[in-house]
Amino acid sequence: MLRRLHHDQPASFDFTPANLAWAEAQIQKYPEGRQASAVIPLLFRAQEQEGWLPKPAIEAVARMLGMAYIRVLEVATFYFMFQLSPVGSVAHIQICGTTPCMLRGSEELLDLCQRRISAEPHHPSADGKLSWEEVECLGACANAPMAQIGKDYYEDLSVESLTRIIDELTAGRVPRPGSQIGRYASEPEGGVTSLAQWVEGRNAHNASVDLAVTIGDTVKRIDGTEVPLRAPWLRTAQPEELPAVPVEEVQAATPSDGEPGESPQAMDQQHTARPAGVRHPLPGGETVAPEPEGEPSGVVPAHGLGSSDAAGVAAAPLAPEAAPPVLDAPRGGMGDDLKRITGVGPKIEALLHELGIWHFDQIAAWGPGEVAWVDSRLGQFHGRIQREDWIAQARKLATEG
Amino acid sequence: MLEDKDRIFTNIYGMHDRSLAGARARGHWDGTRDILLKGRDWIVNEMKASGLRGRGGAGFPTGLKWSFMPKESDGRPAYLVVNADESEPGTCKDREIMRHDPHTLVEGCLIASFAMGAHAAYIYIRGEYVREKEALQRAVDEAYDAGLIGPNACGSGWDFDLYVHHGAGAYICGEETALLESLEGKKGMPRMKPPFPAGAGLYGCPTTVNNVESIAVAPTILRRGAGWFASFGRPNNAGTKLFAISGHVNRPCVVEEAMSIPFVELIDKHCGGIRGGWDNLKAVIPGGSSVPNVKADVMKEAIMDFDWLREQRSGLGTAAVIVMDQSTDMVKAIWRLAKFYKHESCGQCTPCREGTGWMMRVMERLVKGEAEVEEIDMLLDVTKQVEGHTICALGDAAAWPIQGLIRNFRDEIEDRIRAKRTGRITAVAAE
Repeated sequence: MLRRLHHDQPASFDFTPANLAWAEAQIQKYPEGRQASAVIPLLFRAQEQEGWLPKPAIEAVARMLGMAYIRVLEVATFYFMFQLSPVGSVAHIQICGTTPCMLRGSEELLDLCQRRISAEPHHPSADGKLSWEEVECLGACANAPMAQIGKDYYEDLSVESLTRIIDELTAGRVPRPGSQIGRYASEPEGGVTSLAQWVEGRNAHNASVDLAVTIGDTVKRIDGTEVPLRAPWLRTAQPEELPAVPVEEVQAATPSDGEPGESPQAMDQQHTARPAGVRHPLPGGETVAPEPEGEPSGVVPAHGLGSSDAAGVAAAPLAPEAAPPVLDAPRGGMGDDLKRITGVGPKIEALLHELGIWHFDQIAAWGPGEVAWVDSRLGQFHGRIQREDWIAQARKLATEG
Repeated sequence: MLEDKDRIFTNIYGMHDRSLAGARARGHWDGTRDILLKGRDWIVNEMKASGLRGRGGAGFPTGLKWSFMPKESDGRPAYLVVNADESEPGTCKDREIMRHDPHTLVEGCLIASFAMGAHAAYIYIRGEYVREKEALQRAVDEAYDAGLIGPNACGSGWDFDLYVHHGAGAYICGEETALLESLEGKKGMPRMKPPFPAGAGLYGCPTTVNNVESIAVAPTILRRGAGWFASFGRPNNAGTKLFAISGHVNRPCVVEEAMSIPFVELIDKHCGGIRGGWDNLKAVIPGGSSVPNVKADVMKEAIMDFDWLREQRSGLGTAAVIVMDQSTDMVKAIWRLAKFYKHESCGQCTPCREGTGWMMRVMERLVKGEAEVEEIDMLLDVTKQVEGHTICALGDAAAWPIQGLIRNFRDEIEDRIRAKRTGRITAVAAE
């Protein structure tokens, strides 16, 4: 199916501060160098904020994740939940039309939408408030027919109940999601045939309806303040823990520093998906990285800081800065592919280029002062040089040619 | 009938406390540390002995799948990825686990990850399940707060991180390699196999992809013993299973039952029978949209398990039972599935990209009767050309419902074509 960007695009897009904080936390779920994994959650958050997905949002997400714009555009056009043109200002109604819902009357619901909202799907109604489309199976078949409106499922629908829901939405109210015929969840209508012991004294609503009612954001444009940001994976390390190093490129299966003495156990721990102690500063200057207690401070070896010392890196004092030799442009017009260094992704590579660093041999020649100079210019990536031991890697790569 | 004491998902309707406290009161997270301390091999062997077959549709033995993961790390991390991209039409069971009994899944993720040497697991939930994602994340947060997961999970010495990730509305991402592509931030296009995910999966690292239900039943199996689980169902079809019954029954529902339950018993006990009585039954799609339909007379004898339904040239799939009564236009019901597959084909392989559209358009004409009788065989021939000629099974899944339709309801299609033609001739003659 052809899915194109809307002809009329806004000039710019910015995440709200709370959504930005949320997005930054999501990126941390994935190993370093794999931030692209966060592309769907971030695009979707942008859509939740705007109501649809405008081009500037796609570009902003591409920049945040260090991805080529075309890669993000591919994702935005591939996945059908991304609305590439504006939807109704109040709500976009998605009627499930696949066979299980069709068997129980979804065609009548689609007719109703055509009559009440607009003749064509994806075209907002005359007052601009509502829009609709037919979607494929939404996975609530035991409560068919059903529709998704905003974040919520409206189940066991009929023409009458959907009419009422449309009326309410038009009037600015949000009807209660869930079953519209009084079922609690997906139990048989009229009474359970199993698990009867908790029917009495149950919560007022099932889990989905409860969240909808408590948060109250069914059709709201999310600005990130609706629920407090929780990101337990951003935990701080226990001081006695052996800090872990994130997995990087696949090619890095062999540790670049090739320490032969590593036990399998240590390897295992090093390659945990996320580092336990080293964290990027979150927006707003709040650093999640722990202040390591009792870490040896002071001297940082010139090269080859063992990766198992990673925890100390974030906070270890660095040598006085000394500017390394830099180049205005790569020699011979062509720089080395710095991304071959484990831990250097497209984003860091771009930063290095800005600093005038294009070749492995440049990095290989750094001393502690140069490391400190570059490190202080890496922004959120500071600490990476030692943690990933770029210098040893660069030496190897430089000699390999 | 399965008794409540033998049900694994004791809060599938969410009527009891859905928080960690409630889960603990129902027996979850009990002795998890001891299970982990018994070691990887014990867990994998016990899972093998339980006879659990994957609940995502293919029915591959879960314990065996876990055993494919490398025993010794070559330096790459291992991952568990939970397939919660439930989108097979008719299937709505994992949703109930994730919103109402999420701790079964969280605990299962820890145990399964430990058993395959993974320190991290991702749960890939379909994007439309917004509330289910929120409910699941709450359970994950609770487990972190209680020290059940995170560093030194449950005091076992095993560090474990669990991340909830979501998709954005692509059925194909339920295919395991497409899911991994999507999780890496790309279009969900399936990969060629080999290499299999156990060798090179997420980020090129050893990965096992399991369905939500397969993972969520594991802790209870390990607590109560493989023998207990294997005591339900016929041999090779062990255990209890969530059935999702939709369509023309009096009371559609999701319910946990023993495997190999007779179809009649399942429908009469839990769904109040077929709408209009058993004589009104026309056909059933017993395992989600991808499996061929089975006619009423066969279904009245049916035993709901992998092997019995396979013998009928259908399958248990995800145990998503779509019931159709005599009022159903079978051709139209299957046409709607053809439309679904056309919509969801990722476009990577030509036979599927072109074939699904082609099949849908012919089906469209068959619905109206605007076709030649010979075209039925031509359609069947096309389904054979799509089946088995694509990277993933979506092509097969698109072909099978149509093959089932032609096998079981050819007369209905032919009648419609004839009626249309006769009607036309009569109309011409009358002028």
